[in-house]
Amino acid sequence: MTNGQRIIGLHLGLLVVLFALQFLLPAYHHGNMARIMVLASYAIGYNILFGYTGLLSLGHALFFAAGMYGLSLTIQHAGFTPAPALLAGVIAGIMVSAGLAFLALRTTGVAFMIVTLMFAQAGYLTILYFAEYTRGDEGFVIQAGQRLLWGIDLSDPTNRYFAAFTLFALCLLASLALVRSPFGRTLVAIRENEERVTMLGYNTFAHKLAAMVISGTLSAAAGATYGLLFGYAGASFASVQYSIFPLLWVLLGGAGTVLGPFIGTLFMFYLIDLSSGITTAYMLIAGVTLVLLTLFAPQGLIGELRRRVWRWLP
Amino acid sequence: MELGPYILLASLEGAVSAAVLALTAVGLSLVFGVMRVVNIAHGEFFMLGAVIAWFVAQSLGGHPAIGFTAALIVAPLLVGAIAVVADLAILKRIAYDPERTIVATIGLLYIIQQVTLMTYGPEARPVEAPFNQRIALPWFEFGDNGLEFYYPWGLSTTSYKLAVIAAAATVLAGVWLLMTRSRAGLLMRATQADRDMALAFGIPVERVYALVFGFGAALAALGAVLVVPIQQAHYLMGADPLLLSFIVVIIGGLGSLPGTLVAAILIGLSDGIISVFFSPTLAKILATLLVGLVLVFRPQGLFGTRAA
Repeated sequence: MTNGQRIIGLHLGLLVVLFALQFLLPAYHHGNMARIMVLASYAIGYNILFGYTGLLSLGHALFFAAGMYGLSLTIQHAGFTPAPALLAGVIAGIMVSAGLAFLALRTTGVAFMIVTLMFAQAGYLTILYFAEYTRGDEGFVIQAGQRLLWGIDLSDPTNRYFAAFTLFALCLLASLALVRSPFGRTLVAIRENEERVTMLGYNTFAHKLAAMVISGTLSAAAGATYGLLFGYAGASFASVQYSIFPLLWVLLGGAGTVLGPFIGTLFMFYLIDLSSGITTAYMLIAGVTLVLLTLFAPQGLIGELRRRVWRWLP
Repeated sequence: MELGPYILLASLEGAVSAAVLALTAVGLSLVFGVMRVVNIAHGEFFMLGAVIAWFVAQSLGGHPAIGFTAALIVAPLLVGAIAVVADLAILKRIAYDPERTIVATIGLLYIIQQVTLMTYGPEARPVEAPFNQRIALPWFEFGDNGLEFYYPWGLSTTSYKLAVIAAAATVLAGVWLLMTRSRAGLLMRATQADRDMALAFGIPVERVYALVFGFGAALAALGAVLVVPIQQAHYLMGADPLLLSFIVVIIGGLGSLPGTLVAAILIGLSDGIISVFFSPTLAKILATLLVGLVLVFRPQGLFGTRAA
C-alpha cells in the first residue's frame, strides 16, 4: 500500500465510522456527536491558518460569529430561508476574514495575535452594542419552522446529525485536498521559513491572505451551520473564549495534522462535559490542558502519533 | 448639574482609574520590555490582588485601616510570589518562546480565574476603605455679582479617592527611581537591551526574568488593592484591566515606561469622560479598534521607538 492510499483510506474510514455511528449511538451522545462534528469543522478551519500557515490568530470567534449572525440575522430580520441564509453567513465570513487579513497580515508574530484579538473583541462589543437586533448576550432562538432546508426539518436529531456529518465531511476532505496540493505545501513552507519562500519567488502575502480567507470561510460555515442546527445565536459565540477554544482543540489534537482538529475537539468536548458534572469551574480543565500541552506535548495527540508511529500522516 | 462641573467630576473619576491603570500597565510594560513576552494572565494577577485583599481584611477584623494596611503589604507579596513560581514552573521551561508563552498564559488565566471561582465564589465583595470623608468641591460662575463660588449638588469626591491618586503617583516614582538609579534596575535594563550580552557579563538573566515577572504581577496586585474599596472584588474583574493595560502599553509604545505612563493618564481620563457622555460599550469598541489600528499602522506605538 502506498502512503497516498493509506491516507485516503484512513480519512474515508473515519467518515464511514462517523456515518455508521449515527445508527448506533444513544440519544445523548448522538446529539453531542453532531455538535462535535460542527465544532470540529470550525477547528479544521482554524488549523489551516494556525497549523499549516503558522499564523496564530486569537480572533477566530469573529469569523465563527460572522457566519452565525450572517445566517441568523437574515433569517430573523430579512425573512430568508435557510439555504440563502447559509450563503449569507458564508459570504459574511469571506468578507470579514478578507478585511481582517488585509489589516492583520501587515503584522507578524505577537502583534498579529494582538491585532486579531482586538478586532474580534471589537466585533463582540459591536454585537452587544446593537442589542436591538442581536439581543446581545441573551441571544435569540431560531424557531424550528424557520429551519426547514429544502423541506428537511433540521431540528430533528437524525437530520441534524446528517447535516453536521455533511459539513464535517466536506471540511475534512477540503482540508486534506488542500494540504496535499502545491498550494498547501507552499503554506507549510511559509510556516517553516517565510523569507526563503519569498526568495524563491512566491508571493507570500497572497498565499497568507488566501489561507486566512479559506480558514475564515470554513469557520463561518461552521458558525452558520451551528446556528441553523441548534437554533440559537448569542454574543457568547463571539467572545474571546470561542477564539481560544479552536486553538485549544487544535493544539490538543495536533496542529498541522488533518485529523488533529477532530480528535482534539472530541477529547476536549467530553473532558469538559464530564467535568462540568462535577464543578461549575469547568474552564479550569481548559486552562490546565493548555499549560500541560505547551509544556509537554506541543505536537498534540496526532502530532505525537505522527512523530512516533505513522510518519506518513498528513 | 451644568456641563462644567460634570466634566470636572468625570475627570476626577477618570484620574482615579488612570492612577490604578498606570500601576497595572507599568507592570505589564516591564514584563514585556525586559522579557519580551506578553502576559495574558496579567489581569488575573490584578483580580488575585483584590481577592487576597478581601481575605486579609476579612480575617483581621478590627478597624478597616488595619485590614487594609495589611492587605496593601500581603497581597502584592503573595501575588508576586505566585507569579515567580509560575515563571519558574512554566515560562522558564518553554524558554520564553513568545507564541508559546501567550498560549501558556492563556492557560494560566483560566487556572487562576477558575480556582478563584471554586474557592472565593461568584459573589462580588467589597473591602472597607481605611478612611472615606466626602469632600464637596466648589464651582465658579460669572453671575450678576461677578465671580461666585458655590457647591453644586453631586460634585464631590472622597478623601480615599484622592489618596489613591497620591499613592499611585508615589509608587510610580519609586519604580522610576528603581529602574534608573538602583543596581537592580541596571540589571533589568541590561537584560532588556541585550539578553545574550547580559548573560556574558554574568548577569543571572533567568533570576532577573523571574523577579521582573513577579514584580510586574505585584504592581497589578497593588493597583487592585487600591481600587478594591471603590470597586468590589469579583473573580471576573481581571478582563477590563487586562484590556485597558494592553491598550495603554501598545499606545504608549511597547516597553517604554514614560510612554506607558502618559498613555495611562490619557486613556484613563478619556475613558472616564467618554463613558459619561457616550455608552461605555461604544467607548470600548473605539478603544479596541484604536489598538488594532495602531499596531497595524504604527507598531512602535504613538510614543515608542521600537517595533513589537
